[in-house]
Amino acid sequence: MSELKIVNCSKYYKKNGEPMCALEEADMHVENGRFVSIIGPSGCGKSTLFNIVAGLIRPSSGEVLLDGEDITCESGHVGYMLQKDLLLPWRSILDNVIIGLEIRGVPKKKAREQALPMLKNYGLGGFEYDHPDALSGGMRQRAGLIRTLLYDKDVILLDEPFGALDAQTRMQMQNWLLQIWNDFKKTILFVTHDIDEAIYLSDEIYVFTQRPGKIKAKIEVELPRPRSEKTLMDDQFLTLKRELLLMLGEERASSE
Amino acid sequence: MPEKLKNKEMIIEDPSVAQTKLRRRAFVGQILVGVIIVFFWEFLTRIGWLDSYYWSSPSTIVRIGWTAITQGTLLQDLAYTSGSTILGFILGTAGGYVLGLSFWWSALYSRIFEPYMIAFNAIPKLALAPVLVIMFGIGFDSKVILAFLMTIIVAAIAAHSGVQNVDPDLEKMLISLGAKRRHVFMKVVIPTTIPWIVSILKINISLALAGTIVGEFISSRQGIGRMILYAGQVLNIDLVWVGVMVLSILSVVMYLGTAWLEHVLMKGRTSKS
Repeated sequence: MSELKIVNCSKYYKKNGEPMCALEEADMHVENGRFVSIIGPSGCGKSTLFNIVAGLIRPSSGEVLLDGEDITCESGHVGYMLQKDLLLPWRSILDNVIIGLEIRGVPKKKAREQALPMLKNYGLGGFEYDHPDALSGGMRQRAGLIRTLLYDKDVILLDEPFGALDAQTRMQMQNWLLQIWNDFKKTILFVTHDIDEAIYLSDEIYVFTQRPGKIKAKIEVELPRPRSEKTLMDDQFLTLKRELLLMLGEERASSE
Repeated sequence: MPEKLKNKEMIIEDPSVAQTKLRRRAFVGQILVGVIIVFFWEFLTRIGWLDSYYWSSPSTIVRIGWTAITQGTLLQDLAYTSGSTILGFILGTAGGYVLGLSFWWSALYSRIFEPYMIAFNAIPKLALAPVLVIMFGIGFDSKVILAFLMTIIVAAIAAHSGVQNVDPDLEKMLISLGAKRRHVFMKVVIPTTIPWIVSILKINISLALAGTIVGEFISSRQGIGRMILYAGQVLNIDLVWVGVMVLSILSVVMYLGTAWLEHVLMKGRTSKS
């Protein structure tokens, strides 16, 4: 069981002596095993929120609770993956994905044994001993996500993991991610710019406002699972898409 | 014009064959050029177009060199010079690398010492040689220290640049996986800086040699530098040439040594492993 609560988190920076708000009173409750997306215009504080949840930066106010325990400013409680794959170019794919285990003190040999079947099952069989520069963008993202999975935390933060991929690869990766989510029963918090992606993947979607970042709305997605390309043409899907497009359009208009 | 296909046969090109061929022919060419230079040198000094008093000649150099090995102290001198060069190179490069890496640990410390590092780099270290010889004597130590001073700052600056090139996102990724600073240092900072330090190995080995030779010029009882200086003073120009040739060979050997070291350190960094 894992339940993530973000309680009234705000983050202010000082810019030219003036306090500037990057995130205003974010209040979120993510239940165990849910797939939750955050969508909003760029500069809406999504990444700030993720850095706070991952314990990499200190919120100006508020707290982060995991299963009721305060984890504010503590790193290492959740898995975190950024848009860039951030694989170490001097390590093979296998040695890249075990780095979290290594840090935890698992002997290299044991970590490799644990990682090998995982790479094989999730589309990286045959690439274990290649270096990252031999792999395509989609493959590298897979390796990055497997690294996060091997770190074995119940909550995983994904910050636009497919943002740099082309449309075809993206669709493929979305299905791959859903499969992994289904196999491992993780709780996923997912940031994206892409409305289709958010609806296709999520159980619920938080819409953020333009700077200062603030939660504007929370939308439940009740499309049946498993989802497939057909889901994209579903009436319910299109209704949600229209709703979100209007909402984000309003946001853009108000900021101009 | 590429050849037209005849009878629909298939042509499969293998670029590696052309590469091997090129490499082999280049090697033969290189040897040939060397032989021609030596031949003309010998020939021109024989017929008197080049004054053999100044230019010596390859055969004389070999002959004098052989005498210096069998009856003189050329081999001991060579050991002395190469020993102090290599020791100074290792101490200076390793010391500089550690110094450069240390800047990663504290931004404050790095800010404070950066200008001093640049200032120290600007000092012509060779000009300090007379002082160093007075301080450390005319023996082995003063040469090692000169080679050390010549190399340490180059290595420190290279490592420092490497440290500044560490991707902060990689650091962030590791910390999100529960890493402490020492993990980041071992798993990201050191591997990132290795190509930077490797890129200055060849520069440093020649700087170390220059430092040693100058040290021997100033004052020494042994070494190739001392031999050259002595030979020059008694107008034994053939022996000067022997010294120069021996130093050239030493320098080529050390260059090959660093190239090998480079290869070892950079192993496994390309996808074609």
